[in-house]
Amino acid sequence: MDSVLSVDRGGPAQPLLLAKNLRKHFPIPGGLLGRATRVVRAVDDLTLSVAKGETLGVVGESGCGKSTVARLLMRLIKPDRGTMILDGDPVDEPHGITVNELRRHVQMVFQDSYASLNPRLTIVETLAFAPKAHGLPHAEARGRSRDLLAKVGLEPDTFADRYPHELSGGQRQRVNIARALALRPRLVILDEAVSALDKSVEAQVLNMLVDLKDEFGLTYVFISHDLNVVQYLSDRVLVMYLGKIVEIGDVEAIYGKPQHPYTRALLSARPTMDPRRRTQEAPIQGDPPNPIDPPSGCRFRTRCPFAESVCAGTEPVLADTGKQSVACLMYVPGSGHSKAA
Amino acid sequence: MSNLLEVRDLHVTFRTPDRIVHAVNGVSFDVKRGETLGILGESGSGKSVTLRSILKLHPTHRTRWSGSIRLEGDEVLDMTGSVLADLRGNRVAMIFQEPATAFDPVFTVGHQIAETIKRHTGKSETDAWARAKDLLEMVRIPSPAQRLKAYPHEMSGGMRQRAMIALALSCNPSLLLADEPTTALDATVQIQVLLLIRELQRELALGVIFVTHDIGVAVEVSDRIGVMYAGKLVELGGVEQMVDAPRHPYTRGLLASTVHGGMRGRRLEAIPGAPPDLAEVPAACSFAPRCKYVEPKCLAAPPPLTAATEGHLVRCVGRIDTLAA
Repeated sequence: MDSVLSVDRGGPAQPLLLAKNLRKHFPIPGGLLGRATRVVRAVDDLTLSVAKGETLGVVGESGCGKSTVARLLMRLIKPDRGTMILDGDPVDEPHGITVNELRRHVQMVFQDSYASLNPRLTIVETLAFAPKAHGLPHAEARGRSRDLLAKVGLEPDTFADRYPHELSGGQRQRVNIARALALRPRLVILDEAVSALDKSVEAQVLNMLVDLKDEFGLTYVFISHDLNVVQYLSDRVLVMYLGKIVEIGDVEAIYGKPQHPYTRALLSARPTMDPRRRTQEAPIQGDPPNPIDPPSGCRFRTRCPFAESVCAGTEPVLADTGKQSVACLMYVPGSGHSKAA
Repeated sequence: MSNLLEVRDLHVTFRTPDRIVHAVNGVSFDVKRGETLGILGESGSGKSVTLRSILKLHPTHRTRWSGSIRLEGDEVLDMTGSVLADLRGNRVAMIFQEPATAFDPVFTVGHQIAETIKRHTGKSETDAWARAKDLLEMVRIPSPAQRLKAYPHEMSGGMRQRAMIALALSCNPSLLLADEPTTALDATVQIQVLLLIRELQRELALGVIFVTHDIGVAVEVSDRIGVMYAGKLVELGGVEQMVDAPRHPYTRGLLASTVHGGMRGRRLEAIPGAPPDLAEVPAACSFAPRCKYVEPKCLAAPPPLTAATEGHLVRCVGRIDTLAA
């Protein structure tokens, strides 16, 4: 079952996954004769690349489209427009690879560890399911499943024949991670995978994710609302706001010298661990707007302390500022913004 | 300062058809007027059960309380009927994690706040609505007169939580119970609501008990922090004592396993194992199976809560002072 695709083809410099101009709008039924009159602009014109062996962190608030990005990369939903290239092979195009082949190499772990597992299958049956579906003999699939259980820190003799409801949340999430690895994927998308776990268990799972990445040579896309966990795990970080990338760059640059006003607000909204330096003022007011009717121009302008009239008319595009790329008119020379050079 | 609330040796057990759960196993603490006590704990630690017991919110036929909860001298656990109804809202109010489910979806927010005011204070319709408008203003909701006519689904998550705080404060309670009120909110909204609670607490000299699983949130709002594990307080002290010099191995483990800036590349110090099943009353230190400092006397009897320094209580019989931080 291990096709030629499992091995590195384009060399280390070729991105493992390239997504270009992805767009996903969800129509809202309503209006005359049930025709969709309005759309949720979940992801708009998103371009990103994931390098081999890196961890790309994705942060943003609810409704910013980060989970839609995860589902697009895995092709659980079809993009309205845009292309994807896996290690040189276009996805779902003539001369490219099929969506099924993509999913062999891209696997996903979700937030709800219980809803992600079939309650009627034992743990070993769950883990062996996908390898068997891809043609591995029954005995071999079960053997591999037991090995995987050991890899995620669950004693196979104790856990193989249990059902999901007999496991704790942390144990179930370990099973979900093992299942994602069962097909020996190259890219694992972790969508809020540790968010539902208690802190002491979260640390165990984070340590395990680091170990598994080394052992299996994995690449991660790590989606989370927890900025501290993203900082801990990621090499590069992507910040989203209302379906758009507002800033992307190396983790040191994003956390050390954030440039976009939204990134700065998000980082300073983190509760402190120092009782002598409590937050005195909220960095921005209000809630994120509804993605159904995003503001014109820069989508952050309605909450931005630096917004000027030019921000309403011109939509900023991602521009390289050295260590990171930022979508903000303040960093575009001659944009008309008073803070621009 | 006098104590607003005194909880002494609180035990709470739930009976289900097939088992008994010992959710809270001897919790004692005080809350002073105008003080915020943060209660920190993981899921199943008994923090929410402790909080809800102060309003006796659990179904009486399945719940057994023992010990004592005194609010301004009155025993809450003995209250029933109209006395209990007057306690709820008038003297003690509560805000919840999910404001979308705490409001009734078929009535406007203004209607629900005004109705509460009429029920508890006997004010007229007009006066109640005027008070409701003042309350929305107090929680910094823009254009409050219009917002009174909004249904809960027409508000954003942050605004709904503000409206719920307004509802909770509508009858001037002296004690506010907060059960993870910012957990479901976005990061930039969470900090706004935390600051609002802190400001209102000062303005109105409220006693607040703030339950959370997030250490950062507890540090932002609390004067003192109590840490719960397996239905017991394992450590209780001033916020600076707790952050600077945590003494219980569980508190230390919790702080060490909480990811924050500057830990990149380092291995996290995870606490091994998982919290215990609460089907039986613990006969020893509940944390002993996960504790790296465990010794025979930890397993002999449940350790008592003793004062390590002034105002800093720890439930550990280990050689606390010699434990490496």
